[in-house]
Amino acid sequence: MSSDPLRRRRSTHAALAAHGEAWVWLTGGCLALAMAMIIGLLGYIVSEGVATFWPRPIELVELTDGRKVLGEETGRDKAPDGTGRRLIRTANFELTGKHFEWFADGDVTATTRPAEATVVERLEGGRFQGFPTRLLHGDEVVAAGGEEAWRGFREHHPDVRRRWREAWRIDKGDRGELQRKLRAARLAVVRAGLATGADSPAAVAATAAEKVVATEVEAQERRLDERTAELRAGNEGWGLEFTTASGETVVLPLADIVRAWQPNKLSFQERLGVYASRWGEFLGDDPREANSAGGVFPAIWGTIAMTLIMALLVAPFGVLAALYLREYASRGPMTAAVRIAINNLAGVPSIVYGAFGLGFFCYVLGGSIDELLFRPALVADGQPTFGTGGLLWASLTLALLTLPVVIVATEEALSAVPNSMREGSYACGASKWQTIRRIVLPRALPGIMTGLILAMARGAGEVAPLMLVGVKKLALDLPIDGTFPFVHPEREFMHLAYLIYDVGFQSPNSQAAKPMVFTITFLLVAIIALLNVAAIWIRGRLRRRYVSQQF
Amino acid sequence: MSTSPSPADPRQPPPPAAPATDRLAVVAAGGQVEPEVHERVRQTPAVLEIDRFNLWYGTKQALHSITMPIPHGKVTALIGPSGCGKSTLLRSVNRLNDLVPSVRITGEMRLNGDPIYDQRMDVIELRKRMGMVFQRPNPFPMSIYENVVYALRIDGESRRAVLDEVCERSLRGAALWDEVKDRLGESALGLSGGQQQRLCIARAIAAEPEVLLLDEPCSALDPIATGKIEDLIQELRGLYSVLIVTHNMQQASRSSDYTAFMYLGRLIEYGPTTDIFTKPVLRETEAYVTGRFG
Repeated sequence: MSSDPLRRRRSTHAALAAHGEAWVWLTGGCLALAMAMIIGLLGYIVSEGVATFWPRPIELVELTDGRKVLGEETGRDKAPDGTGRRLIRTANFELTGKHFEWFADGDVTATTRPAEATVVERLEGGRFQGFPTRLLHGDEVVAAGGEEAWRGFREHHPDVRRRWREAWRIDKGDRGELQRKLRAARLAVVRAGLATGADSPAAVAATAAEKVVATEVEAQERRLDERTAELRAGNEGWGLEFTTASGETVVLPLADIVRAWQPNKLSFQERLGVYASRWGEFLGDDPREANSAGGVFPAIWGTIAMTLIMALLVAPFGVLAALYLREYASRGPMTAAVRIAINNLAGVPSIVYGAFGLGFFCYVLGGSIDELLFRPALVADGQPTFGTGGLLWASLTLALLTLPVVIVATEEALSAVPNSMREGSYACGASKWQTIRRIVLPRALPGIMTGLILAMARGAGEVAPLMLVGVKKLALDLPIDGTFPFVHPEREFMHLAYLIYDVGFQSPNSQAAKPMVFTITFLLVAIIALLNVAAIWIRGRLRRRYVSQQF
Repeated sequence: MSTSPSPADPRQPPPPAAPATDRLAVVAAGGQVEPEVHERVRQTPAVLEIDRFNLWYGTKQALHSITMPIPHGKVTALIGPSGCGKSTLLRSVNRLNDLVPSVRITGEMRLNGDPIYDQRMDVIELRKRMGMVFQRPNPFPMSIYENVVYALRIDGESRRAVLDEVCERSLRGAALWDEVKDRLGESALGLSGGQQQRLCIARAIAAEPEVLLLDEPCSALDPIATGKIEDLIQELRGLYSVLIVTHNMQQASRSSDYTAFMYLGRLIEYGPTTDIFTKPVLRETEAYVTGRFG
């Protein structure tokens, strides 16, 4: 064999690997896989989340043993023995003790969709399903017969609902206001007692003032009592009588009915109406039935407020830290170590931040604030003000959690600013700070915004630390509302991501809550996407302004 | 300058035996040579005096005992092959090299008599007395207007009338006014490369500098933009004292009054441009300017 390189036979084609074709397929395939997973997940969430409130037809199922069941089919699968079975939302918990029931296909003799079948959403007890028979007001029968009763219900229900709402608003808002007034007066007494002694003139005066307030509040309470009694009396006696599929007769008080519809009879427009009304309740109302029904408004509010406060806290802090690290600190092993430490901080489990937040922010910082500023409250009823979880501490904890993201992104943005710009500025006689403020920071701003976007997305979806530092299952008092001083950073709040956990895994009626979980997830993803789009839009404007083509 | 650089550094081994005229070989071997400074240079009043200036990057010496006066109101070109220390010398004048941590210097420079490297010299104030233009255009990420008046802004000037007047005067001085007068508020980053470089010149002359430092201002530009900048340098002649680093022999011969030839951190020959390009004293200079070496 000749080893003469000149005589070596040349292949007419380069090797496959040399062409690089294989790498195109490999890289493209990886991207396609990633895209498929992301789009699949998002698509699933969106399709499930959007469908939750759509009123679906309801079926009357007749069984071989003679039972009749009315319900919405929510699932189908194979029983362990291989026969088909279906899951029916039978509702009427107070009669059957179940919300859902499985039926084997073999046991079903007939399914029909009766037009009069009605679905009722109630304040408590879950859904009710049946056929309306009579509309009652006290002993009087206002309307008899399925259609008349239904028409009568549609006529009278809005008034009943309006009265119920007004009573509810008085109970929640006005009475709360009075209680707060009373508490403030009581705290004034305690404060005076603490400051000058229990027998001092100031304390005596405060006690007298409290008495005045107490009588005033009592009078007002009586007025409210009268008003709510009047409202309730207006609702008293209104009831809609139903016959269930199994033949029982049940009267539902109209005041307990949130909404009712006859799904088999609805036109498309009416269907849309029910859909919109349920979305409206979801977005704008308080939750009921252990969060598994009703709205999530407090959670939306809490999520947005917490994310924005977190961004406001982390942005200046992270940017200043990165500025020192990149612009002022001298390069050396120390800076390198600090940088590595910051990067590692991003890998600490978030529950550790939660524990830190609880231990340091809530107990140490909050405890000290209580001692210094809110001692009367502590003495009066042993209740901490800042010394427990709350919006401020949750935002601070998440700011700490997302700090590494912001620092790293800012550092990268700063190092991407061309050195020639810095030198140009120095050559004009600018000091270091002037150069940073007028040249480096504006130019790095789009990159810093990228970091902030990442931080917000991470923070808004975090659950574990929040459970420790202020997120609650139910907190109807919003952290920002119309009561002086309007912002209440010490209040506990609700959060969508925690709600997913709570509704999905802590709910007593988890089957019924499942669609809610999808809708809440959809909402959370939509809110994060919205915040991101807003930030990206701002970044685009900054980029057009400060970072343009360098010829 | 009459001060003569120290002869051969005693720590260095004696220069190897080479023809007495082959100074470049001596320099390449690490030896010292006496620079050939023409008499006419010494007679002109100097705006900037460089006096036995040495500079080290870490342990590597980049400038060896440079002694040269920069004439007042004239254009002085620094020429020489890459790495000969032209840019380093230029950046030493406004102490931009201070930003490099490993730099160490000895010797002195004086701007109109004020020692540049004196302890009491405020480097920020010093840089305000000079303007500098870099190899690549480096407009700031702001409007054309704000770019020009940047030096005044950082000085705290905010009277609109003053800023407007300086902006127009500087842009006219940089032959850019007519092209941008209708879009002063637009981002400077939208200008072409040549326009950006003239904007940088306008920025450099906005604060009425005592010396204008140009570091290969045309090396990143196309021939037409280069021509405009060269015309501009012609117009700046007499108004400002200009020190320009260039790789381009034609540029040096066309636009400068004095030319200094540097090699490996040493000044080799320094004289009026016409003399350097037509009848240089040293063979080595002639070889370089005619393109036979470098």
